[in-house]
Amino acid sequence: MSNKDIKLVQLPSPNFVPERDRDKPLMLEVSHLGIDFGGLTAVNEFNIGISPTEIAGLIGPNGAGKTTVFNLLTKVYEPTRGTILLDGKDTHGMNTIQVNQAGIARTFQNIRLFDKLTVEDNVKIGLHNSIKYHMPTGVFRLPKYWREEKKAHERALELLSIFDMQDMAGYIAGSLPYGAQRRLEIVRALATGPKLLLLDEPAAGMNPSETSELMENIEKIRDEFKIAILLIEHDMNLVMGVCESIAVLNFGEIIAKGTPAEIQNNPKVIEAYLGADEESSN
Amino acid sequence: MDNIKRKYSKKTISSFINYGIVIAFFLVLQILSVTGHLGSSMKGQLIPICSYIIMALSLNLVVGISGELSLGHAGFMSVGAFSGVVAASSLADAVPNGIIRLLIALMVGALFAGLAGMVIGIPVLRLQGDYLAIVTLAFGEIIKNVLNCLYVGADSKGLHFSLKDQQSLHMESSGKVILSGPMGALGITKLSTFFIGIVLIILVLFYIQNFVNSRPGRAIAAIRDNRIAAEACGIPVTKYKLMAFVTSAAMAGAAGALYALNYSTVVPKKFDFNTSILVLVFVVLGGIGNLRGSIIAATVLTILPELLREFQDYRMLVYAVVLILVMLITNNEKAMEYLRKTIKKLLKSKSEGRHTT
Repeated sequence: MSNKDIKLVQLPSPNFVPERDRDKPLMLEVSHLGIDFGGLTAVNEFNIGISPTEIAGLIGPNGAGKTTVFNLLTKVYEPTRGTILLDGKDTHGMNTIQVNQAGIARTFQNIRLFDKLTVEDNVKIGLHNSIKYHMPTGVFRLPKYWREEKKAHERALELLSIFDMQDMAGYIAGSLPYGAQRRLEIVRALATGPKLLLLDEPAAGMNPSETSELMENIEKIRDEFKIAILLIEHDMNLVMGVCESIAVLNFGEIIAKGTPAEIQNNPKVIEAYLGADEESSN
Repeated sequence: MDNIKRKYSKKTISSFINYGIVIAFFLVLQILSVTGHLGSSMKGQLIPICSYIIMALSLNLVVGISGELSLGHAGFMSVGAFSGVVAASSLADAVPNGIIRLLIALMVGALFAGLAGMVIGIPVLRLQGDYLAIVTLAFGEIIKNVLNCLYVGADSKGLHFSLKDQQSLHMESSGKVILSGPMGALGITKLSTFFIGIVLIILVLFYIQNFVNSRPGRAIAAIRDNRIAAEACGIPVTKYKLMAFVTSAAMAGAAGALYALNYSTVVPKKFDFNTSILVLVFVVLGGIGNLRGSIIAATVLTILPELLREFQDYRMLVYAVVLILVMLITNNEKAMEYLRKTIKKLLKSKSEGRHTT
């Protein structure tokens, strides 16, 4: 046997990250992720690596499978194949709740707030796992209850102040204007203390000035909370303006990855969005 | 001093109003009964009203606050009632003090009903949709039929159980039969008092109101409003649903024990599907999630059939019409506005009348 002569070499990782995060381990490493619904393959061979401070974008035409990817990452759907490593830990076998506790928070494309509760209570529900008291303490109003609730109240206002929403704390969440509801969803997701924040079309329904404000805030969130952000968005101004890396999904598969400039000039991407130039070639 | 000056939130004020209403209800009826203004039929209704209020409040915890439908709440009441009766009767010699025996019976009733709630809740609350309604509906019927053929007796050796007949209990000659199948519990010593009933209501109110405005209560409201978002916020959904359901079942059990220990005999048939629906009607009519509404609806709808006695055969017909009218009016903004205005006017004219005299 001559296997003592064999030398194994490290293959270059297929992932790209911003240069500043070169030596840090990846926050999210997804490989060969896929899901079938019956005979339909919704997502296939999805690979992505996100570094701890990266703002990454996931774009693609309608029905490409972007939200399905989010649902796979948060275990709303159980992946048919592939692995998801969050901060080096395999999330296999975890459910949505455990994935959140492990550090992935998300917002939803169709806003899912707790409509009948106040803005503050919405944020406090995000803080649920960091409020440390149990049912008897709450029912009998022991000193710990007041202490923890006060802390939660202050923390909730602090988080709301990211979007200047602290004055809205007492409003019923369902009565807020659309843009504010989207911002509240982000605050609620941040309240769960994530390492990775998934934003599903954060700018949908926002006007241009709200969108540009949102762009600043996404960067601010990344810098202040030191977290990675992956966002789905159709607003190309936002994607190109704020994302450091972009992955393009079409028919459930990644067709391109790169910097905003590279993506903008990628013929495959242009084809996916605008269709192949059939008429002129015929 | 700072504590006193603390700005009380709307919720806290509303909670205290609820306690006030219950205490006022107690005082008024107590005064009426002491001064002899209360008819004997009304007097007999006092404790049932208390237990129905607790039933409505506890069901509201499931239907209103946790957003699940339970159609077998009378089943838990039944479990509590009969386990409470067995506890009270078998401890008759060991604990001569009636009040202490009643309290033990209430706790035993709550414990057993809570256990029954857990047995049902653990598998069913993991599912989404209407499964809880279906399973609780079945549970109510099963419990009724099991109790219909359950015989329990007590002698110096302890408790004896049988599902066959009285003979197969194999008791000593001095033994006492506590439950005898379809005849139910016989020869119950009446232990329940109106005062204990009111105390129990206040405890239940205290529990629910504080529970709702704390960490687990918020989590339950979140699950009701949006289950998927609650999961995405890391809230263990099944745990909190179970918490609300078991607590509610335990409260219903205590209400059942209070109810049963008010009569000399109680039959299992009393706690059938109709009773479950009756309690659900209290909750729906009082407003889903509205505790004060539950209290008022339970009181009024328990007294109403008594007040409608003069309609004789048409009593239930009038009762139904009243239910429909209340639902129409409370769901109509303009009608409610009109009602509020008239009540305000009435109050104003009364207070003015008082000033001039």
